[in-house]
Amino acid sequence: MAASDTIPAAGVASTRERAADYLLTRHRFHLAEALPWLIAIAVFFIFPTRMTFGSQVLVMIMFALSLDLILGYAGIVTLGHAAFFGVGAYTVGLAAARLEWTEPISGLFAAAIAAGLVGFITGWFLLRYRGLTLLMLTLATAILLQETGNLRSDISGGYDGLPGLTFKPLLGLFEYDLYGHTYYLYALAVLAIVFYLVRRIVYSPFGQALTGIRENVRRMHAIGSPVHWRLVTVYTIAAAIAGVAGALFTQTNAYVTLTVFDFDNSAKVMVMLILGGTGRLYGAFIGATVYMVLEDYFSKLSPTFWQFGIGLMLVVAVLFAPRGILGVFENVGKYFAERKRT
Amino acid sequence: MTAALQVEGLNRTFGALPVTRDVNLTLDRGARRALIGPNGAGKTTLVNLITGALKPHSGRVVLNGEDITALSQAYRARRGLARTFQINQLFRGLTVLENLCMTIGERDGHCNNLWRSAGAKREVIDEALGHLDSLRLTDDALKLVRELPYGRQRLVEIAIALAQRPRVLLLDEPAAGVPSSESHLILDVVAALDPDIAVLIIEHDMDVVFRFAREITVLVQGAVFTQGTPDEIMNNEQVRAVYLGEESHRGARRGGHHG
Amino acid sequence: MPQIANIAVSILFDGLAYAMFLFITSVGLSVTMGLMGFVNLAHGAFAMAGGYLVVTLTRTLGVGFVPSLIIAAVVVGAVSVFFERFLYRRLYKSTDLEQVLLTIGLAFMAIATATYFYGPIPKSVPLPDWLQGDVNLGFRYFPSYRAFLIVLGAALIAVLWYVFERTNIGAKIRAAVDNRRMAESVGINVDRLFTLTFAVGSGLAALGGGLAIQLLGLSPSFAVIYLVLFLIVVAVGGLGSLKGTLLAALVLGVFDTGGKYLLADAGGFFVYAVTVAVLLVKPAGFYGRE
Repeated sequence: MAASDTIPAAGVASTRERAADYLLTRHRFHLAEALPWLIAIAVFFIFPTRMTFGSQVLVMIMFALSLDLILGYAGIVTLGHAAFFGVGAYTVGLAAARLEWTEPISGLFAAAIAAGLVGFITGWFLLRYRGLTLLMLTLATAILLQETGNLRSDISGGYDGLPGLTFKPLLGLFEYDLYGHTYYLYALAVLAIVFYLVRRIVYSPFGQALTGIRENVRRMHAIGSPVHWRLVTVYTIAAAIAGVAGALFTQTNAYVTLTVFDFDNSAKVMVMLILGGTGRLYGAFIGATVYMVLEDYFSKLSPTFWQFGIGLMLVVAVLFAPRGILGVFENVGKYFAERKRT
Repeated sequence: MTAALQVEGLNRTFGALPVTRDVNLTLDRGARRALIGPNGAGKTTLVNLITGALKPHSGRVVLNGEDITALSQAYRARRGLARTFQINQLFRGLTVLENLCMTIGERDGHCNNLWRSAGAKREVIDEALGHLDSLRLTDDALKLVRELPYGRQRLVEIAIALAQRPRVLLLDEPAAGVPSSESHLILDVVAALDPDIAVLIIEHDMDVVFRFAREITVLVQGAVFTQGTPDEIMNNEQVRAVYLGEESHRGARRGGHHG
Repeated sequence: MPQIANIAVSILFDGLAYAMFLFITSVGLSVTMGLMGFVNLAHGAFAMAGGYLVVTLTRTLGVGFVPSLIIAAVVVGAVSVFFERFLYRRLYKSTDLEQVLLTIGLAFMAIATATYFYGPIPKSVPLPDWLQGDVNLGFRYFPSYRAFLIVLGAALIAVLWYVFERTNIGAKIRAAVDNRRMAESVGINVDRLFTLTFAVGSGLAALGGGLAIQLLGLSPSFAVIYLVLFLIVVAVGGLGSLKGTLLAALVLGVFDTGGKYLLADAGGFFVYAVTVAVLLVKPAGFYGRE
């Protein structure tokens, strides 16, 4: 979980031992961490008709997770994360539509490499900047990619997109079925693998350095940290993961349009992450799920009402719950822990 | 023998205003030099130029015989140049122990590792705890930095600099902002520094300066006014004159922020 | 006139009109961001609100177009003071991200409200006779409305320039943008200054929104679509700089118009390419401070 949220309470062991212990064991899996996965599997059995929607939620969780690396851990605010999602989505889409390449798993790898490459190149140039400059540069990058696709809409399908994509059966065995059962489990498996990788990174010394950059970049320079390289590295990894999310998106929808690059998409994933809570990995799970479920329900009811609701949620969140839903849980937990102590 | 730190002809302007003028400075191994001067003399600017936070317009900075003038702050830090800031620059949202582990991790290149857990490096944690022990911060190991009183945060600031295992240490008013009841903690640490480290300390409090320094550099309006031993400086009429204006304004040990 | 020259003149003229719109709407954002460092993404919503106010005033209440513009600007400017006082003020010390999220949230709420009252279909405004059709400028005919926009823009630029460079208030604003702490220590009440500039900036945005109806069409999503452009103008021009906003508006306005003329759909490209090019070389914009 978060860097400093599960500090053991005062006990018999000396501070020294407790301190060492805390850092040595922090990365171990807690039982509670099995919860999201159990829920995801339960959903498979409880809502068998909503599997396509379920896959979309899993895709968004992965997308939000990739943003958490940059935003939550490294503290870098960007407005163009959809660029990488789009690159991944189109790698798979174009491969399927133009190159007859429809093997799903290799598609994921290709998407990761393509998106990671774009992330590496843009990150190397852009991560020298911050604030409004970086916001605008990342935003412009995403739009430029979109406009490039638009320029050659004969290849990309433009805003109408590439419909009717078909993919080979997974591992040669599992066919895509009408209710999306196969693809839900496929997405879940990919998410699990990606999550494991992200979790390892976050608890590694590199991940620690990221939080250092977020907390005080001046200090990081002063202790000898190669800040720019750290940021480019995490940006590349996050881009690759966003690319995989995009690839899954195309595969589960069998369809992709240039709207994947929209600013709307970048904003949406940021909202999801903030709602759930940044810098704690599971915030991505909570935020994406809550957002998607609410959107699914309310936007069918009234899209206007949904938009108003999202706006209101954001305002309320910033004013009263800046650490997101997870933050609220943590505060409740702390409150009860305090009460127990006194 | 090669000096630990050599500054030659350093110049820097902010717009039309020269803030560092042709500064020459040498720190031998094990040096104990104080950098003093009236407010606005450019002391912190000089430290920023030495560490690489600012680039000079002309001049050289040589660290252990290596010309580092064109090199980044981070490179210089990895080469054994550590500093503390006038106002604490700490990882406030992290625990004291993590602050130290991060420093050691970056020093030894552990932070390039994306795979193994940070906790797996037992040596890092042990070393971090060792530094905390020597500064009597062990009990605060698991506290978030922002929860500590300012004086103890200042100790963490120094702990980080020491954890870098520096060969040259630049201390920018280490006792600044610390209540007088606690400042002895800081000063004891400074007095007990490894004799091999070359130390430059910016300080306003003359008691501290004379207790600690074996050499003093006086900076006035960005230029080196004079340099010498504490005795020479103390008896220097011109230095007194430069400070005379300061005497009536100087209150408590908490000196000004424009060094 | 030879064909190429004709096209060039059209591009310049339309580009100039578009640039005037961009300037009028963005200048408030630039000054408030430069002054307080507050990222206000609801700025586009203020413009949109101004536009819809003009629609209601002209269509429902029968007020003339030009008076409606003035009324809308004043009303939105006044209302913005409430937002500043009761909401924005709490976040001056917050992170950029929080400011971004809060104001985006407000923008969404504004868009939804506009959709509820006005529907999603673009609205138009009845224009007075003298603003319709073409005007003869000697060597060619030009659309009257755009000519009006250019003249109005030039007039506003002159007024703003005068206020900024020649009045006490302007000097105070420039000082505060340059170095807020120093300005405060010299006795300038920066908070009040900010409220004033915020109100004027929002009022100008509303004016821009009203002007945009005929030029670009007004629908609720105006608040977000054009926000991106306003932010680009501000970033490229440099925060807090009148000159910068103007230059950026001109460059981007002409490039965007030119791009769309010559490459139709794909013309939107140029604005973003220029943005990236400028920001990579001058990250603080044309006239921004590092």
